Amino acid sequence: MDLLAVTAFGIVYGIATLVLLALGLAVIFGMMGVINLAQGEFLMLGAYTVLLTTAHGGSVWAGIALAPLVVGFVGVAVERTVIRFLYGRTLDTMLATWGLSLALIGIVTLGFGPTTEGIATPLGHVAVGRYSVAHYQGFVIAVALGSLGLTWGLFNWTRFGLVARATMQNASMVAGLGVNPSRVYMGTFAFGSALAGLGGAVMAPLTGVVPTFGLAFIAKIFITVIVGGPVILLGTTTAGGVLGLVESLVSYASTPIYGQVAMLVFAIVLLRLLPQGISGFWRRGV
Amino acid sequence: MLWAGVVLALAALPLSLSLFQVVRLTVFMVFCLLALSLDLIWGFGGILSFGQAAFFGVGGYAYGVAGINTGLSLVALVVSTAAAAALAALLGYFTFYGRVSAMYFAVITLTVTLILHQVMGTTADPRYAIGAARLGGYNGMTNIPSLALELPGRPAAVLEPVPLFYVVAGLLLAILALCRALVASPFGRVLAAIREDEGRTEMLGYDVRWRKLVVFVLSGAIAGLSGGLFAGWGNFINPQVFSLSQSALVVIWVMVGGRGTLYGAIVGALVVQFLTSYLGAASVSYTSVALGLILVTIVLLFPRGLVPALIGALARLIARPRAASEPA
Repeated sequence: MDLLAVTAFGIVYGIATLVLLALGLAVIFGMMGVINLAQGEFLMLGAYTVLLTTAHGGSVWAGIALAPLVVGFVGVAVERTVIRFLYGRTLDTMLATWGLSLALIGIVTLGFGPTTEGIATPLGHVAVGRYSVAHYQGFVIAVALGSLGLTWGLFNWTRFGLVARATMQNASMVAGLGVNPSRVYMGTFAFGSALAGLGGAVMAPLTGVVPTFGLAFIAKIFITVIVGGPVILLGTTTAGGVLGLVESLVSYASTPIYGQVAMLVFAIVLLRLLPQGISGFWRRGV
Repeated sequence: MLWAGVVLALAALPLSLSLFQVVRLTVFMVFCLLALSLDLIWGFGGILSFGQAAFFGVGGYAYGVAGINTGLSLVALVVSTAAAAALAALLGYFTFYGRVSAMYFAVITLTVTLILHQVMGTTADPRYAIGAARLGGYNGMTNIPSLALELPGRPAAVLEPVPLFYVVAGLLLAILALCRALVASPFGRVLAAIREDEGRTEMLGYDVRWRKLVVFVLSGAIAGLSGGLFAGWGNFINPQVFSLSQSALVVIWVMVGGRGTLYGAIVGALVVQFLTSYLGAASVSYTSVALGLILVTIVLLFPRGLVPALIGALARLIARPRAASEPA
């Protein structure tokens, strides 16, 4: 019974991390259609924000609060200097952000060294029979749910969200109505970057911080968003649920690496059956 | 004429170079083969594959496993080509027949490469072995047999650097010629049509999926052969061949040389490799920063390729005085 509860919690936790990490990409790739291969490095920058905050005497919580701001600004800088020249040239965007990803990994390695830095995980444990569960994992699940709700609310209930969705559908119409699409793109990209910063920051105490932090997640989150399909938030969440379940189950049965392989194979077979992604046949929306 | 000149120049090169330079040029030609495989699928099929490094690596590992177990380097070379082609066929079936879009295809090939990197990295334990070949985790697979001439009834003769140079040069020229013939054939014409407008080509009655699969498998096989040659050249392979920077390097070679020409890929690979080796083996991080910035710069400023842009600028410089002297 205890084992069952702990395993179930572990699976929910696995799904929550996948959704949390993939959310920023779901906004940038799913909504804007920009394949940002530097997304993993945005996660990494979020994690380094927490590391630097704690190194300068701040608390982990301050670091997690700061990370979305820092990475959001990085997102604005990247959008203004690179991405905005490449809208509509998807493959070129991909190549440019790939270059950015390599450069960011290199720069951070030069600045902070290639070693893994640990951050003490805050909060304690709770005993479940003979097992123990970290409170922090519960915090991760809460943040995942919170940022999912925030994103959904932002795009469905605010004026910015309405304008953003309209811009993605028809930019020239929006421009005709007196809104500058360029600024909407910038804002949406910054929001997606900030979400990535938050995800990386929240994961930092659990995984440790290293310049190649993003590489461990980039493959997973792209697969999740692709399998999610056109209904961005609900699709990504569902895909995160299905793929996270496959990964967790296989990981429990063997090793985490085989969990990732099983997840990838499952995703490719799923795309053969549902080329539009899980939400391909659903009513369109955010 | 041009071909005869190239063959003569290649034949004369080892005579005028030091042994070190011959060995280095040999591995650059192996990389040229890899660049060629990407240009075939990207420049002519219009399919951007980020997974050429995966086929290269799978080819290298397959060469190692087959070579250590059989001791026959020719068998190992065939196995390396076949293994990469099989992976390409499997991946191509699911993506092309699933009608996955070009962007998704690029992302999926990249994910496969990254996951191979992680999987091969966890094989350090001695129980991860295929026959006598230990995979060796991040330390890589060692003691891979060199390329050798194996004739029945004679002892195998390991190829010395200069004969190896000729073998690799011959293979490169032969495969370049085959690729030229392929893109000039009716199949190649349909391929170019797919690149220009996939939907229209399909409406004209051509099976787009099958042709994409064929060219992807061919390109995978060439990349696998190149990986096999690489493992035989260095007697060593490690998961680094699946890394993000290695995958990026293949794309950079083709982008520097300009895509869609086949020659460009070879020029690009040679230029980039000579430059990086002359810049010195500075730290890996500097190389990573430099490669990344090169990639961003080329995409933003020279989307058609660096060498074509330089040639274009040169041609304009030469043409300008003549145009000025003509009567208005």
